[in-house]
Amino acid sequence: MRTAFIQSLTELAAQDPRITLVVGDLGFGVVTDFAKRFPKQYLNAGVAEQNMTGLAAGMAMAGRIVFTYSIANFPTLRCLEQLRNDVCYHNANVVVVAVGGGFSYGALGMSHHACEDIAILRSLPRMTVVAPGDPVEAKEATRAAAAGIGPVYLRLGRAGEPLVHEKPIAWTLGKALTVRQGDDATLISTGAMLHTAVRAADVLAADGLSVGVLSMHTVKPLDEEAILETARRTRCVVTLEEHSLLGGLGSAVAEVLCEAGIRDVAFKRIGLPSEFSKHVGEQEYLRKIHGLDVDSVVRCVRRLGKKDPPLLQYGGEDRPIIDRKTPTAKIA
Amino acid sequence: MSDVPLSELARRIRMHTVRMTHHAGSSHVASSLSLAELLAVLYRSILRVTPQTVDDADRDRLILSKGHACAGLYAVLAECGFFPLEWLESFYHDGARLPGHATAHGIPGIEVSSGALGHGLGIACGLALAGKQDDRPFRVFTVLSDGECDEGSIWEAAMFAPQHRLDNLVAIVDYNKIQSLGHVKDVLDLEPFADKWRAFRWATREVDGHDVHQIEETLRAVPFEPGKPSCVLAHTVKGKGVSFMEDSVLWHYRSPQGDEYQRAIAELEAVA
Repeated sequence: MRTAFIQSLTELAAQDPRITLVVGDLGFGVVTDFAKRFPKQYLNAGVAEQNMTGLAAGMAMAGRIVFTYSIANFPTLRCLEQLRNDVCYHNANVVVVAVGGGFSYGALGMSHHACEDIAILRSLPRMTVVAPGDPVEAKEATRAAAAGIGPVYLRLGRAGEPLVHEKPIAWTLGKALTVRQGDDATLISTGAMLHTAVRAADVLAADGLSVGVLSMHTVKPLDEEAILETARRTRCVVTLEEHSLLGGLGSAVAEVLCEAGIRDVAFKRIGLPSEFSKHVGEQEYLRKIHGLDVDSVVRCVRRLGKKDPPLLQYGGEDRPIIDRKTPTAKIA
Repeated sequence: MSDVPLSELARRIRMHTVRMTHHAGSSHVASSLSLAELLAVLYRSILRVTPQTVDDADRDRLILSKGHACAGLYAVLAECGFFPLEWLESFYHDGARLPGHATAHGIPGIEVSSGALGHGLGIACGLALAGKQDDRPFRVFTVLSDGECDEGSIWEAAMFAPQHRLDNLVAIVDYNKIQSLGHVKDVLDLEPFADKWRAFRWATREVDGHDVHQIEETLRAVPFEPGKPSCVLAHTVKGKGVSFMEDSVLWHYRSPQGDEYQRAIAELEAVA
């Protein structure tokens, strides 16, 4: 995704001199060509995210469209007050790009796990929150953010995410993208979990369960219409995110469903518990341990799907959302 | 634009400040009293901005990073015609225009909203850098408090500005020697303060922050060195102009009421 991002940004910067990339001393091998090609549109702010964000707001006030770039929680949580006061309050054209959403930097450990960012960023007034589902979506999201639409949080994976969209897509900011049609259940995913959602839907299709997949790349503003339409039609909704269960996509979808008062919709959030991961390992390993792999998603949808009696349920102790039988190393 | 002498403009800023914080029952009167001369000189003699040019792309910018001293900023803006003096009367009140920290929304002449400390210098760096890269003539001034220099973000920005040769940037520190809960030297001593700025490669000068001519002469000389940002360390007295507020920790938060209010007004009227 970061490759798609920088390619897209390079094309855009060539056309629009306002577009400026400010990095927090990260992006080795990623931003080098951009820096050479656009010296007046590139800046390394150093390991100083508060200043990076404040000066991005200042540059935006002078007419620039600024992308700040760093990894994991550094461009978001470290400088949260600069985002809130300097960027959002002034409605500055600053796009915060975080590479490494969720467990992308799994083995680097807790400091590099970005698992609360969506919840925190979506609570900021004026902040648009986008987590593209694959490199094609990342390119589209970069283009949309570069138009100068106020504060945007662009949550990317890392590198090498599989392509989900093999054909051209009609991607619109704030509009869920239907990736699989289905009548029995709907998987709504955000960010790079899209690939897992699609594979789970394919497995379930082989079982005779018709499962739709929505890529909810824009978590804020949320496409409430698409959520309600699919909930009314399939009566079974499962959200999927590489993020805490508190305040992310699942919470946002639950808010919509609950307030709409639709009866008889089975609902489940798949995501991470509000805990720090105790495990060491790469992204795929950590996803599996936390029930974010294809098998776990398939099991969850099967349990909840039409073959079970429909239940209105928002979580519930009787149905563990993840398979915790996977052996895990204990940390003293 | 007000054409009264600079010292009289500073006195009026103080009068407004005392009245506003009295009617509002609000804090931070002493923080505004210490920078009255600085604001008077900036708006009357230095800043290339008028009520008619607040939206011009090439106007000079002032960012009050110590946003809690907004009463002083509102006062000088009103005196200089950026908005009606009547707005000052409802400062802090329910449904009023002017909140208790400087806000850029709907208040002509205020560039940046502040209130959380340590933000202004970073934003100023971004404005100054974009201005230089785009060959624009505007300059960026920011007024910092001494207490806010406890914030790490100030020193992130302090490293950034000379690296990028931002000689269109001026940081003015209202060094009144008192922060929220005590004297600066007793909380986190900033000394040797001027040397710190010099060590960070700022062209730095110290002034008497209540001597309008010295302030004017100094600010007219920016940039002090081509290729370097300028720092003006203004030695001031917190609560300046009201004898019993001067150099007193109490008046960071206390609001002038009753007899204290009457005495403060009387003292400020006596020097008119």
